[in-house]
Amino acid sequence: MSDEHHQESFWTKYIFSQDHKWIGIQYGVTALFFMLLGFVLMIVMRYQHVHSGTISPDTYNSFGAMHGTIMVFLGIVPVIVGAYGNYLVPLQVGAPDMAFPKLNMASYWTYFLGGVTMLYGFTLPGGAANSGWTSYPPLADIATTGQTVWLIGMIFLITSSLLGSVNIIVTIVQLRAPGLTWMRLPFFVWAQLVTSFLLLLAFPPLEVAGIFQLMDRVAGTSFFLPTGLVVGGEMMSNSGGGSPLLWQHLFWFLAHPEVYVLILPAMGIIAEVISNNIRKPLWGYSLMVKSVIFLGFMSFLVWAHHMFLTGMGQGMSNFFAITTMIISVPSVILLTCFILSLYGGSIRYNTPMLFALSFIPMFGIGGLTGLPLGLPLSDIPLHDTYYVIGHFHYVVAPGTIFAIFSGIYFWFPKITGKPLNEILGKVHFIFSFIFMNLFFMPMFFQGLAGMSRRLADGGQSYAHTQNVIQYNDFMMYASWGLAIAQLPFIVNIVMTLLKKTEKNPDPNPWGCTTLEWVAAPSPPIGHGNFEKVPNVYRGAYDYSVPDSETDYLPQNEKD
Amino acid sequence: MQIPYNEELRPDTGLYNAKLGIWLFLASEVMLFGALFSAYIMLRTSNPYWFDIKTVLNIPLATLNTVLLITSSVTMVMSWVALKLKDLNKFKLYLGITLLCSFGFLIVKYFEYASKFEHGLFPSSSTSLACYFTMTGLHVLHVLGGVAVFLYLIGPGIKMWDSEPERFTNRIEVIGLYWHFVDLVWIFLFPALYLL
Ligand code: HEM
Ligand SMILES: [Cu+2]
Repeated sequence: MSDEHHQESFWTKYIFSQDHKWIGIQYGVTALFFMLLGFVLMIVMRYQHVHSGTISPDTYNSFGAMHGTIMVFLGIVPVIVGAYGNYLVPLQVGAPDMAFPKLNMASYWTYFLGGVTMLYGFTLPGGAANSGWTSYPPLADIATTGQTVWLIGMIFLITSSLLGSVNIIVTIVQLRAPGLTWMRLPFFVWAQLVTSFLLLLAFPPLEVAGIFQLMDRVAGTSFFLPTGLVVGGEMMSNSGGGSPLLWQHLFWFLAHPEVYVLILPAMGIIAEVISNNIRKPLWGYSLMVKSVIFLGFMSFLVWAHHMFLTGMGQGMSNFFAITTMIISVPSVILLTCFILSLYGGSIRYNTPMLFALSFIPMFGIGGLTGLPLGLPLSDIPLHDTYYVIGHFHYVVAPGTIFAIFSGIYFWFPKITGKPLNEILGKVHFIFSFIFMNLFFMPMFFQGLAGMSRRLADGGQSYAHTQNVIQYNDFMMYASWGLAIAQLPFIVNIVMTLLKKTEKNPDPNPWGCTTLEWVAAPSPPIGHGNFEKVPNVYRGAYDYSVPDSETDYLPQNEKD
Repeated sequence: MQIPYNEELRPDTGLYNAKLGIWLFLASEVMLFGALFSAYIMLRTSNPYWFDIKTVLNIPLATLNTVLLITSSVTMVMSWVALKLKDLNKFKLYLGITLLCSFGFLIVKYFEYASKFEHGLFPSSSTSLACYFTMTGLHVLHVLGGVAVFLYLIGPGIKMWDSEPERFTNRIEVIGLYWHFVDLVWIFLFPALYLL
């Protein structure tokens, strides 16, 4: 790297940028669009539940599979790691950029290609992948071509997240500013660090599984096909001898850690927003750090709690039930630390804080409903019902997505120098909160009544669902309400972006302590981030320190 | 803009960035091949009608390939040492030998695959052959990746030696680590597929 200032063209500045901030924005914008697409697919599916016949069952299947895939792999993870991680980690650790800017650019473009590949699936005869976001064989092995495209898309996405996670880890380990010791890192950075390790180590087994499934589909192997499989009344001519369960193991070995990839950075965001708006240090910061590390480690040991129904044996089931109970302990600790932090704080109820506060009970519901799923006895009747859908949507939608919103409202003035409108923000929050709950809560009741998931008619044809089927109408309206509730958000963003920037915007409107606010202007300068490398003298949460003049002490302020 | 610790070591970690990067990458590679081997074991032990591929694989050729890869790993180290001693010609020589060995490996592999196909042995013929082709195939892809980087480093990439010798030496060290890993994977693949 040389110090020369080369003239940046439109292409190197906006398209093939190597600046982590711009790449973060690219990630964020792309992923938000994917989330919108995933949302639209869902609106159509909910409409179909009530007006059966709107789309064919095959289309329904492919919408369902793509809704899950888009939301998890093309939406949430790229926002929460690609956008938040990229934009904030170097700024918070006081680094001029990511450790490997070129790889960072490659990571975004590989993600983009993966996304385009996935979308391409929709144009194929037979539609996009239609075997669920979990792609269980034998079904996925013999599904239409969309599945092949799904697998290729996944390989792109895995490569992208590999590049991204190496970059984030190296940046955190190597590029911390002088004085920024491990226990002075903002909790957000810790969450990103653990998340990156999860991505780094959990994705390769899914890559193996993807390659196997690709081989099954294009080279006629039988990795996941048992001997004597009968399809459409005819015996398959494949060699057989494979194991459908092998896929499930490899898939969940990734996909369980993946759910922590969805939640840990969200907790990082919540930690920053909450500590800033209670104007006092986080309660139990070091306990939280230990919990998040332990959680990351344990998340590799619980995957088969998704497979209790496969009859994998008593011993295995017990093992995974126990590990699942163990892993809920650090999750509860994290949540408890948030709640205890609130105690005695002088809370500011601004929009980011409202989203952050509502995260706590929402994640609570999501997490607590997970416990019965972690025990084989109660999981077996609940598995494959709407209860599971309710469980994980509570964690991901009003959980992670609210954290994403919270972060957008919080860091928007950092990125653009212009704060978002508070009134529109609060309207957005209140209606999102109401409709999220109206939408997801009935799922628990439907699931407890035994309504299966992944049914194109929404369960109408079953006798045992008749008592709960009317919720489908209710949820359809709720989904519309949720859609409308997003309008103030979109209007707010557009309006604020169109507004003229003030001459010298306040670099630190929330009164934060961390480096991105106190050592750099808002919006930050281009390549390089900091005029001069900041020196760090204190932890990330020195709010309301006794005997100090201001109610916060920036991390780069000497005693 | 200058990224810190691109060439010099960070005092508290004792690493330069790329070195940590390659170790992390290799950790993920361990998970990749770990999953492959685990899958192989699971498929093999759970299948009572496992087709024994020892009988159709060519052990002498595979032994030759083992020797080739180990040699290339040794010359890889020597090329790095040559750079440390500021001897560019020696470096070229040793990296050249490494390249030749890897080409040798690929050629041998080509003949192995071709003779399987000739005898009608395809990945679809049995799950054991599917494992053989997929596992060695992925390994071959890794060899190809290494070869591509070697060609770059001995070709256009060598210019960096004049401008930033330290950084160029680091690059050789990093690709060397990768190469040893590729070698190590083969050392596991060879007995697992050909001998056991
Ligand atoms: C904290 C405690 C948690 C526990 C004990 C728990 C437990 C479980 C269990 C046992 C299942 C399998 C249910 C079944 O298929 O029968 C499950 C499903 C699921 N969980 Fe959780 N979970 C927890 C937190 C989370 C979090 C934080 C997330 C994501 C952010 C999450 C996302 C999911 C997803 C996506 C599924 C469904 C996957 C599918 O089958 O399509 N869970 N959970
Ligand atoms: Cu799980």
